[in-house]
Amino acid sequence: MIPVDHYLFLSLALFTIGVIGVLTRRNVIVILMSIELILNAVNINLIAFSRMWSSVDGQVFAIFVITDAAAEAVVGLGIILALFRNRETVLADEMDMLKW
Amino acid sequence: MLLNSILFYFLAGLAVASGILMVTRRNVVHSAVFLIGALVATAGIFLQLQAEFLFVVQIILYVGGIMVLFVFVIMLVNLDVTLRLPQFNRQRFVAGALALALGAQVFAAFWIGRGKLRLGESSNPMPPKNTEAVGQALFQHYMLPFEIASILLLVAMIGAVVMAKRRV
Amino acid sequence: MGHLIPQSIMPYVLPTIYGIIIILLLPLVAGYLTLVERKLMADMQARLGPMRVGPHGLLQPIADALKLLIKEDIIPQSADRLLFWFAPVVTVTMVMVALSGLPFGPAFQVADLNVGLLFILAASSLGIYGIVFGGWASNSHYSLLGALRSAAQLVSYETAAGLGLISALLLAGSLSMKDIVQAQNDQGVWFFSLVPFGFFIYFVASIAETNRAPFDLPEAESELVAGYMTEYSGFRWALYFLAEYSNMIVVAGIATTLFLGGWLRPFARYRDYFPGTSIEFLDTLPALIFLGIAGYCLWRTPRQPVQVQKIVMAAVAALCVLCAAVMAGSLFAPDAVRLGIHGAFWFTAKVGAYIYGFLWVRFTFPRYRFDQLMRLGWRFLIPLALVNVICVGVGVVISQTWGLTPWVSQWVMAVPTLGAAFWLAASDKQGQPGTAVRTADGE
Repeated sequence: MIPVDHYLFLSLALFTIGVIGVLTRRNVIVILMSIELILNAVNINLIAFSRMWSSVDGQVFAIFVITDAAAEAVVGLGIILALFRNRETVLADEMDMLKW
Repeated sequence: MLLNSILFYFLAGLAVASGILMVTRRNVVHSAVFLIGALVATAGIFLQLQAEFLFVVQIILYVGGIMVLFVFVIMLVNLDVTLRLPQFNRQRFVAGALALALGAQVFAAFWIGRGKLRLGESSNPMPPKNTEAVGQALFQHYMLPFEIASILLLVAMIGAVVMAKRRV
Repeated sequence: MGHLIPQSIMPYVLPTIYGIIIILLLPLVAGYLTLVERKLMADMQARLGPMRVGPHGLLQPIADALKLLIKEDIIPQSADRLLFWFAPVVTVTMVMVALSGLPFGPAFQVADLNVGLLFILAASSLGIYGIVFGGWASNSHYSLLGALRSAAQLVSYETAAGLGLISALLLAGSLSMKDIVQAQNDQGVWFFSLVPFGFFIYFVASIAETNRAPFDLPEAESELVAGYMTEYSGFRWALYFLAEYSNMIVVAGIATTLFLGGWLRPFARYRDYFPGTSIEFLDTLPALIFLGIAGYCLWRTPRQPVQVQKIVMAAVAALCVLCAAVMAGSLFAPDAVRLGIHGAFWFTAKVGAYIYGFLWVRFTFPRYRFDQLMRLGWRFLIPLALVNVICVGVGVVISQTWGLTPWVSQWVMAVPTLGAAFWLAASDKQGQPGTAVRTADGE
């Protein structure tokens, strides 16, 4: 059997890649996609532990995480569309009207 | 067992490689393709962990629903000029260093505790009918979060329709 | 044979063989499906169809395939080469993955998953990417519009199709394809007679899922040139084409398994044996059907105008007699062989009947405009499917608590579903003929 640590390391790797993507990219769509990657890393973690304890609670939690990710992606993309119509840009650096 | 290991390491490598490629592509559509690859690899890992229902839910919902939405929006807001602009923002080095520091901290925590957790062997098998077990848990113990999640989805739907409507 | 193969790979040998058979047979079957469609269309339009290539046009698909293979591979200059190559591959791969979950017989299935039905639906929903990326990679307005329209249509009708399937799942009680057919065997009834609305919803939604007429606006010739397939030529276009016809086989397979009894023969539980043997009367049906077709071919042989066609007709008759002999001979074979061969025959016959329904609908109805198409999906089919699921669920609970047979409870609950269907159709003011097209802002 594969030890649980290997799943944890994989989840950590995906999480770090996602965090780097959120913090360093300018394109807001890529930022949103990196957030989805973070949520998936968390899901791997949950299901690995669900397998370790042989219960489905982790999987139910993962279902809720997927539901949350769907709702957030939908609203986020709606916001991006509205922003694009107003500002004609998708770069996070250029959406700085509220800055002093 | 050997097939199990090969499958996991192959899918894990695929997921990490797709993730790295996703955050580094200049073309946003290519990024979306690599995210789809990472999500399908993750679904494969779910299947390898004997979570069959999550496997199909991940593919139908995440890859077949959310990513289709992403791809649609990418095609609607695609500006060719962004392909030539810099892709990474000004704070990339500091941000990268901080993210790696966070990763290193968690890695150290996992490394110290490695080997102390054992995956349940066949003496403690998963419930044989995964879908039924998930369904029972969802509708008996987790009924309230289920209802809240459905209200959340309704709110998100209404919000998205209102946000994306063209104001005449 | 068993001791030649090491024990560790034994469970993988048979599914691999089935998978190879499916991959080898698929282009041939899909190609001849196009010939069947053209001949049927010709018959319904009082003409003959392809007659030139080979006797009765029987070599037409092979000629088409050869032509497509030797065509020049043109890629638009500003196209995205990676995605341009990738898109048809995704579509065909996902269709083949979906085919691997279908039960062609009691033992002829590549993978019998616990969540088999959802797996096939997942593979179908991944096929959307082939269309979207194909349209995007072509870097052309027609392609992109056609791809986005097609993808929107597929996503909308996927929801309706899934909800239609749920109504049959409520009666079956399992997601495994083999268990669903077994449930129809145990209950002695094919599910389409218990949930006719579910079958109707799935039939309409599957026509839209496969981009077939009357829902083929994204790829019709008189509309956006050829939609997402505009810039594809030669073998790449052949891959899309193959994927579309194989998708028809996949949705027909799903409908057959869930609604039409899969590989069960009609009246599967009716046992009436020939006296003294263990051969049942109804098991001779396949052989009789083949003999009937052979007899018809022999009767038409003298009326053929050309000598070559006479020979071909006689050859077809001989082939049918051979099939009849196989069907009859397998009655004396061990049970597994008999069930396998007869199961495959009945599955193929039902899939063929369902596809015949597809082709018939194609030649009968005019094309839907895109806004009419989306309106039909979202404002008629999905609400009707939801009402249907609720009514079927109530029917199942009624039959469990009050002990009524499913026949009574389901047909009683079909009345409110019928009422909902009429109400939905009548309340759709915008969809009535004669109303002008309004944009989304004006509503």
